[in-house]
Amino acid sequence: MYGKGLKTLSIATVATLAAAACLVFFYAPSDADQGFVQKIFYLHVPLAIVALAGFVVAAVHAIRHLRTGDRRHDARSYVAIHLSIIFGTAVLVTGAIWAKASWGKWWVWDEPTLVSFLIVFLLYATYYPFRYAIEDSERQARYASVFAITAGAFVPLNFIAVRLAESLVHPRVFATAEGGMPGKMWLTFAVSIAGMALLWTTLVKFELTAKNASGQLKRLRRALDAPDAGTQSRIAPELS
Amino acid sequence: MNGAARAATPWRTAFGAILTKDLRMELRTLRSLPAMALFAVTTYVIFRYALDRTTLSGSLAAGVLWATLLFAAVLGINRLFVAERDEGGFDAIRLAPIDRTVLLAAKAAALIAYLLILELVAVPIFALFFLEDAAGLAPLVPVLLLADLGLAVTGALISSMAVNSRARDLLVPLLLLPLVVPLMIAATAASEPLLEAGGPAYDRFGLWLGVLGLYDLVFLLVGYAVFDFLLED
Repeated sequence: MYGKGLKTLSIATVATLAAAACLVFFYAPSDADQGFVQKIFYLHVPLAIVALAGFVVAAVHAIRHLRTGDRRHDARSYVAIHLSIIFGTAVLVTGAIWAKASWGKWWVWDEPTLVSFLIVFLLYATYYPFRYAIEDSERQARYASVFAITAGAFVPLNFIAVRLAESLVHPRVFATAEGGMPGKMWLTFAVSIAGMALLWTTLVKFELTAKNASGQLKRLRRALDAPDAGTQSRIAPELS
Repeated sequence: MNGAARAATPWRTAFGAILTKDLRMELRTLRSLPAMALFAVTTYVIFRYALDRTTLSGSLAAGVLWATLLFAAVLGINRLFVAERDEGGFDAIRLAPIDRTVLLAAKAAALIAYLLILELVAVPIFALFFLEDAAGLAPLVPVLLLADLGLAVTGALISSMAVNSRARDLLVPLLLLPLVVPLMIAATAASEPLLEAGGPAYDRFGLWLGVLGLYDLVFLLVGYAVFDFLLED
């Protein structure tokens, strides 16, 4: 049930990402201000957009979990947050590299999008210690879903507040991201986003398939009274 | 077999009952309030030395005030549901014929009361310690009210999630602080021009009050929607 289509999806991901890389390096024009460094934009921004979309997807799965009580939705929510956090780490690192290359500093407080993202990342990073602190597994799943929904509602609010906090006089540094982009850049950007979205979906599917397989294995072991192989994580939801 | 349906207790009655219970208990035992107030005043002293200043204005004043209020509030939030958990209050609420979100509303209202009492003590002392003139305090009141509402709703929600976990005192600040960042951004941005050295200014005051209101609304709705699931057995 989980592994179907994984191979096609993986191939599609690799193909799209390869196409994106080719477009970035050979097709998209260089930015007038920043030069070659600007091309990290095609990595950084799609990662950020996909990570945030992933958090919203996790909230949707959490809603479905609370409404139906089906633990598989909780597993999907957990995996979605897991991968979005990983993508989020990549966003912060690539953002720092870009900041260093174009402004000379590794971190800046006056770029609202970066600060908003940091706050969202910190919030979702608390998901793990939160799950870990609740022992009863059914209650853990329920509370985690409530957290995912609350945090999902928080994301747009956070972006609004941080954006407003920036002085309106401060220049919009990422002018290239605001629609001032020529057509060639738009195409490269679109392909990059598609590639990242496919990558996220493939990794989510992969992780869900792996969890399902180990859940089935555990069930078989239990049925055979065989000893357990390794310690199962206390917080990762089981799929069986 | 009793065919007649028992009428559920009306929302307002249940809300009043739980709120009065909480306030009465706090008045009798004084568990949270003195600690919160003392903590706030001691923190002011620490800030005086940490920043090496005897007067504050503008953004520093807003920052010190709101950071102190926030951390004092966390002390109160930590203790909000402890009595319910220890004395079986959650079971009582589950058994009672009431809408379960009454508990969240009553706890949030109690927390607002604690915060208001805290601010009645902490804000004048802040003015005494650090402000040159108290003209900015009157327009600060709507900011305090809206921020208290947001802090209370979010705090009650997080507290109810954390109370059943192991590391309760760790979990509340961990979960709460990122969630109240937009609230703090709006509260400090609204307060900063009010506490300027030359007298209160009202830069974008309406805008920030609007953001505070939006935050309150979003978390009221979210809290109302999810609280039932937190109380399930």
